[in-house]
Amino acid sequence: MEFFRIKRDLPFMRYARTTVFASLVLFAVAVAALITRGLNLNVDFTGGTVIELQFKAATPPSAIRRLLITHHYRHARVENYGTASKVLIRLPTRATKGKALAVRVLRLVSAHYPGASLRSVEYVGPEVGSELADQGALALLFVALGITIYLTLRFEWRFAVGAIVATIHDVVIVLGIFALFHISFSLTVLAAVLAVLGYSVNDTVVVFDRIRENFRRMRTGTTSEVIDSAITRTLSRTVMTHLLTQMMVLSMLFLGGPVLFGFALAMTIGIVVGTYGSVLVASPIVMWLGLKREDLVARKAATERP
Amino acid sequence: MNQYPWWKNALIGLVVVLGLIYALPNLYGDNPAVDIQAAHGALVNRATVAKIRGLLAAARLPYKRINRTAKGVQVRFRRAGVQMRARDLIGQKLGPGFHTALALAPAAPSWLRALGARPMYLGLDLRGGVHFLLRVDMHAALHKALVEDLRGLRRALRHHHIRYREARLSKAGVVELRFRNAAQAHEARRLMAQQFTDLAVTSGPHHALRAVMTPAAMAARQHYALEQNLTALRRRVNELGVAAPVIQQEGRSRIIVELPGVEDIARAKEILGRTATLEIHMVDSKNSLASAVSSGAPPGTRIYYDRHGQPILLYDRVLYSGDDITNASASVDPQSGQPVVNITLNGRGAAINARVTRHNVGQRMAVVYVEVQSHLKRNDQGIPIRGPNGRRVRVTNKIERVITAPVIREALGGSFQISGIGSVRQARNLALLLRAGALAAPVSIIAERTVGPSLGAANITRGFYATLIGFLAIAVFMAVYYRAFGVLAAIALASNVVLLVAVLSVLQATLTLPGIAGIALTVGMAIDANVLIFERIREELRNKNSPQAAIATGFDKAMGTIVDSNMTTFIAGLALFWLGSGSVRGFAITLCLGILTSLFSAILVTRALVNAVYGRRRRLAHVGI
Repeated sequence: MEFFRIKRDLPFMRYARTTVFASLVLFAVAVAALITRGLNLNVDFTGGTVIELQFKAATPPSAIRRLLITHHYRHARVENYGTASKVLIRLPTRATKGKALAVRVLRLVSAHYPGASLRSVEYVGPEVGSELADQGALALLFVALGITIYLTLRFEWRFAVGAIVATIHDVVIVLGIFALFHISFSLTVLAAVLAVLGYSVNDTVVVFDRIRENFRRMRTGTTSEVIDSAITRTLSRTVMTHLLTQMMVLSMLFLGGPVLFGFALAMTIGIVVGTYGSVLVASPIVMWLGLKREDLVARKAATERP
Repeated sequence: MNQYPWWKNALIGLVVVLGLIYALPNLYGDNPAVDIQAAHGALVNRATVAKIRGLLAAARLPYKRINRTAKGVQVRFRRAGVQMRARDLIGQKLGPGFHTALALAPAAPSWLRALGARPMYLGLDLRGGVHFLLRVDMHAALHKALVEDLRGLRRALRHHHIRYREARLSKAGVVELRFRNAAQAHEARRLMAQQFTDLAVTSGPHHALRAVMTPAAMAARQHYALEQNLTALRRRVNELGVAAPVIQQEGRSRIIVELPGVEDIARAKEILGRTATLEIHMVDSKNSLASAVSSGAPPGTRIYYDRHGQPILLYDRVLYSGDDITNASASVDPQSGQPVVNITLNGRGAAINARVTRHNVGQRMAVVYVEVQSHLKRNDQGIPIRGPNGRRVRVTNKIERVITAPVIREALGGSFQISGIGSVRQARNLALLLRAGALAAPVSIIAERTVGPSLGAANITRGFYATLIGFLAIAVFMAVYYRAFGVLAAIALASNVVLLVAVLSVLQATLTLPGIAGIALTVGMAIDANVLIFERIREELRNKNSPQAAIATGFDKAMGTIVDSNMTTFIAGLALFWLGSGSVRGFAITLCLGILTSLFSAILVTRALVNAVYGRRRRLAHVGI
């Protein structure tokens, strides 16, 4: 079986302006969403209130969650803790917090479940979260630096720039979508974003590798033709790899339960955006930066001479 | 001809077999267990085992196995709930002299354990438990160090007959000294330069000296406080009897404590956060308590209060403190029926105790409980108050309570008993805290995460099935799309997962949800390598190359691409490992190791399999790709 039996190279670079423009629009929307709406950071980052309730009898967490959701505690997370009659409720930071919030929740819950009692209240401060964000930004910076150095040594500086731009593009768009739709952003989602980063880099380098090879192999042809050929020839691989990885991720999205949902969603978006970014953003950038055959062939000749 | 030399095939085979062996324990998992050890004097023997068996049978608690270990007895259970109840039961009924602790025993067969194969350690999000992030109050640690320095300085000045008018510690952490004349100030400064190298001294007007701690000394003190707290916390957690706890440093002033399976959060917090110690003072019987209360305590003394709020006048000087206590245990006094704590002192403490009690028979001696608490300053609504620098204001308050002030009836030695403690539980906690040692600086919990065991178990099952179904879908799709090669790639992919799990198990890495995500991601990357190879082979075949040549060239040409793309991702993983913490770090480890195993499986294992199927045939007309 084969999906792609393409005889002629597809003229991707002819549409480079359009594809990059489309992606610029998406990028702008993502940045705007991040600035205006911001990420819907969950308790991992923002801190919040943790309330432990003791019931007279075994109480299913789902019932408590329903009760809280219908009473404006929309982001309540509820689970059994220890025994079936102990319940832990987590609420994100809001105007009321700590003990005051706990008392309100207890009043609401005990109206429906007589005999419920408050066991403990914990307020988790937001300082940890802001530090995580700082650390994440620093990590991203170092990742970008490391990749730039490696690609400059192994390829050419233009490839390094293209890969970094494409990677940032992918990561920002994933974050932007999370901000736009106000999807809860947890530590697990952060891991997914990092995975998207790794994935996106990996993907971009595969296309770049073909571009380099094509320059050395094809004696004629403009830069855009060489890039077109490289993208066309790796198209089958690009689609296959993403399709297969997407299967794994979709399986997590539908079967992984609520905890893996955020992770799988970020990956799902990331894979689609990442494919687009590595093919239709990274390559045009390399072209526009003025990559020529001599940049790669001369390099090769130089390395081959003792 | 595509053939690996025999030794290469054998090596690949060996690696995969080793991978299978070391990944195997994960299928068995852990059994919750209770360890019973003899504390002091008691012996663990066959009778003990029989007694435990009887206790469990009487309470109808099902267990899996009881066996003698090097240190005592281990009872394994099937469920954690039973384990908790059994520990409480054994702890209460087996009698004194036995120490019980929760443990996790690998359920793998003994031959696997003999090979050192152990299951991966499951993180809190998968196992359930409490995660605390504690902040060590460095301000308090430095203050304490300065107080000690000041005390030493006063002593040294007295020793060298340098008279000072005033020696005090300001709120800002500056040691302020005033002298009568320039000569004495000069003399003191020289002494400080020689003996108190931790302090940077400047001269002020009116024969004054100001000293602050040098940055190097500050760093050293903070490091010391952190180390000391780590040790104390480790001991306390051991006292709590938690299986497989994690206590580690995070940054320069924070400590992570993870207690898997702990259900009593309140008690855990109480034990972790307490900075309790004891101080022994003499009671001032010369001055009148009533006049001290009404017009202030005379110099060298202070008013303390006991549990009932009764004042008592004590001398400032601390005879000895909790640091000199080597052991403490709670019991009930058989005569009075009151809870007591038995205390054993070290050599220094015992010597002081003997000297002081010998000279002061008939006098009273007070045992003072000292605890430093640090918490956020809040307004009436419970919202933390922020200082001018935007930071939340912390307040530390010192609780000092006289537990008991008995009359010394005879000279005491290295061990004695404290009575007058409220309840048995309080006595137990006090003994535990004294045994585990005081914290060098107060800690506060700045973040706390709890995962219920039920949620943890659900996370594992779901993560496992999601990965399995995803994997099967990939395998089927590969088989349909790349036919025979796809089947071989699926086998290689399975070996990748096995190898990765084996490496993580050998390293005893902690598996968390982000870790599972990392494994899933490497599966994707491993497929990518295979897809790259297969697409190249197809390309070569399209270019009318012979099947054998196409296979060889396909693998060779894809190699460079695979190495470059994986290297870049590896660098990203390394950067995340260096800078990340906690779960980001876990993810980075999985990613980096996964890249290595996926390179092995996608290139070497696939090639070996392809060689085995197609490599021998001289005239190969067609390959299934």
